[in-house]
Amino acid sequence: MDHNRAKERENQCIQEQPPKCMAACPVHVDARSMIDCVRRGDYKAGFAIFNKTVPFPGIISRICDHPCQTACKRSDVDATIMINSLERACADYSDSATKKPLMLPKKEKKVAVIGSGLSGLTAAVDLATKGYRVSTFEAADRPGGHLREFGVETLPSDAIEKDLSLLNALDVSLHLNSPLGNPQEDLNIDYLLAEFDAVYLGIGPAPVESLLHGLVDTSDGLITITPLTYSTSHQKIFAGGGHRYGHIYSPITSMMDGRLAAVSIDRFLQGASLTANRELEGPFETRLFTKTDGVSPKPATPMANRFNGYAREEAEAEAARCLNCQCLECVKVCEYLAHYKSYPKRYVREIYNNDAIIMGSHNANRMINTCALCSLCKAVCPVDLDMSEICLDARQSMVGKGKMPPSAHDFALRDMAFSNSDAFTLARHEPGHSTSNSIFFPGCQLSASSPEQVTQIYEYLRRNLSDGVGLVLGCCGAPADWAGEKAITDTAISAFADILKKMGSPKIITACSSCLRLFRNHLPDAQVESVQTILAINPLPESASVKTPEHVTIHDACASRHDHAVQGNVRCILEKLGVKISELADNRHLTPCCSYGGLMSLANAEVAEKVVRRRISESDADYVTYCAMCRDNFAARGKRAFHIFDLIWPPSDEDPAARKGPGYSKRHENRAKLKLHLLRNVWNEKTAEEDKPMKLNIPPDVTELLEARMILIEDIRKVIAHAESAGQRLLDRKSGHFIAHYKPVSVTYWVEYSSDGIEFTIHNAYSHRMELIEGISK
Amino acid sequence: MIGNDNASAAPALTCAKCNRELTLGKVTVSYLGSEFPVDLLKCQDCGTVFVPEDLALGKMLQVEQALEDK
Repeated sequence: MDHNRAKERENQCIQEQPPKCMAACPVHVDARSMIDCVRRGDYKAGFAIFNKTVPFPGIISRICDHPCQTACKRSDVDATIMINSLERACADYSDSATKKPLMLPKKEKKVAVIGSGLSGLTAAVDLATKGYRVSTFEAADRPGGHLREFGVETLPSDAIEKDLSLLNALDVSLHLNSPLGNPQEDLNIDYLLAEFDAVYLGIGPAPVESLLHGLVDTSDGLITITPLTYSTSHQKIFAGGGHRYGHIYSPITSMMDGRLAAVSIDRFLQGASLTANRELEGPFETRLFTKTDGVSPKPATPMANRFNGYAREEAEAEAARCLNCQCLECVKVCEYLAHYKSYPKRYVREIYNNDAIIMGSHNANRMINTCALCSLCKAVCPVDLDMSEICLDARQSMVGKGKMPPSAHDFALRDMAFSNSDAFTLARHEPGHSTSNSIFFPGCQLSASSPEQVTQIYEYLRRNLSDGVGLVLGCCGAPADWAGEKAITDTAISAFADILKKMGSPKIITACSSCLRLFRNHLPDAQVESVQTILAINPLPESASVKTPEHVTIHDACASRHDHAVQGNVRCILEKLGVKISELADNRHLTPCCSYGGLMSLANAEVAEKVVRRRISESDADYVTYCAMCRDNFAARGKRAFHIFDLIWPPSDEDPAARKGPGYSKRHENRAKLKLHLLRNVWNEKTAEEDKPMKLNIPPDVTELLEARMILIEDIRKVIAHAESAGQRLLDRKSGHFIAHYKPVSVTYWVEYSSDGIEFTIHNAYSHRMELIEGISK
Repeated sequence: MIGNDNASAAPALTCAKCNRELTLGKVTVSYLGSEFPVDLLKCQDCGTVFVPEDLALGKMLQVEQALEDK
């Protein structure tokens, strides 16, 4: 993944965007975090967050005009959170003194601040914090400017005095009774320019034409102020506060003006750009998305005593109404994304770093290989970010660099190689036809799970479709595609494309959603449709009405997420069968993967278990799937699940919803037997008798062990065959069992067995990938 | 790095080919270009070794995974 693309994807994720309250606040108070502290009753921590942004918390918490509350997302549901009252609670109940900000070392440069209203005071504090020597000049006999106009009930003097003690602490010299006068008076603009390196004018709304010639637009007598930088026509003079807004007074906007002007003054004094990177200053529109569906309305908490503000219990009740705005839409629906305890913005960074490092551990390998590549994240994302694309890209890159852990996908790739070997592959026109109008491609997994149904579907298709229905057995290449093995995928697809071409480019009829999607993506010229479509538009076979349940719930296949036709056809078939359908809340395009997709279950059994358990817990009804792997995954955990084909061609001997799917070894065997069965019974071909394999006795507990360790019976046979022929085996003298090992390709298998001369009993098996360098060194 | 901690509890094994009891000996194991010396039960005649289950599924697996993520 190249750096720019990673950056682009990272920026696409909106989870780290500020909540609406914070973005609307001119100085960006982190109200969400502060409120969370109040909810927990931790006023001290809440106050610290408030005070981090606001140097005058006692004042602002009483008089803020709180644009945050107008923006609050909760107002979409019922009423806005009383953020300003919660600030007041933090100030009242924290027992903390206003914190003196950490000061940078003193600088030589001096700044004059004219006016000690909120803008001037904020500019003075911010500049003093940055190390400048600040002198504030106030016309009146006490500081505060406009602040003194609030009634004492709203803003008592002691609250002002308490906050303004900060000026002393920061060494700001305050000159009272010092109005800015005409040139002939002591304190005039020429004096300030001579004595100070920069000047901030926070002087209220009145015209000042007579005092500041040259800075003023003569039409209204006001200073012309550049909005972004607060600069004036004189490079050393900056201005803001009430002078910009006339008689509309907004305390928090005045504070913002002082702060942003101080940023400009600092930049000016350091010779830096006044305009660079200031886009996100002041109020802005956040991109954060927060879903409010399902939030129960609850009115704002009333205040028993308006003058005292919220009591503690009231404040905590109000804070509990806060939605704690987050996006996390994808994390909420995906157990995989939730498992790694972060969100895509961070994941993209981790994945990019994992790809870029040369030395050291690739810690994100497993995370990358765990994604089901199902794109549910994209389906729910307000900005269409797709982790599947990122994870698949990373897998392809790992394979390309030789950095893909060999164990990650080896088993699935060997399974695919088996399906595309002579043991399973087959391509034939319909008996009695020399051409095919269409071909049936059942895929590898239905053939492994329900081989009888493949035969039955093929018979049905031949009966209902004209002009020859051929048959092609094999694997579409999805496992290699998911593994990031582009070359193997391309080989599988081009082999299939060659077969299609030789057969006259017939229409492909698939039984599996993954095959359908893969062919549509990789063979854009081919005509592809699903068996479900054929079943929806043709009469169902007679077997279809034999054993139908009354009521089912549909689990849509993730590969069919955007295939409305297949989704509709499955429902249409169920209606034809007279089955009552209920829908899961997350269905159709919002369906989650069953945990097979992307080879998740092979890469990370723990996450796969969470994924499948969550899905099967969503309804007590029997599920109907249209993917063999979904059904087998659900049934393996005791969830009653039908494949839609089970309702049309019910297995004769068992309850189809309760049956467990075959294990890995049986799946191979089923595919191989299906091929032979079809050749013998459909094409009446004589096939060579299968070699009589050695007779194995595998107790049920060992079968379970082999399944969990992903050891195939065919590999067990290879080990024993090698041990018996080469004589290379060990004897455990206590048990009398033989222990042998053999490495057919990349994995060394160990088998503990005994033999009575007729059959071999398997007692244990395990494997490792490390190679043993055996033999005797000379 | 990869030790056979359970050497004392090792089964009594005989190489069926050489009819000789396995004894502890140095064996080299390798993966993805890295090699490690290990003490394993071994037939001193033909060199056949024994990797116990707990070693294969424990330490060996850990080292395999660490090397795969290098």
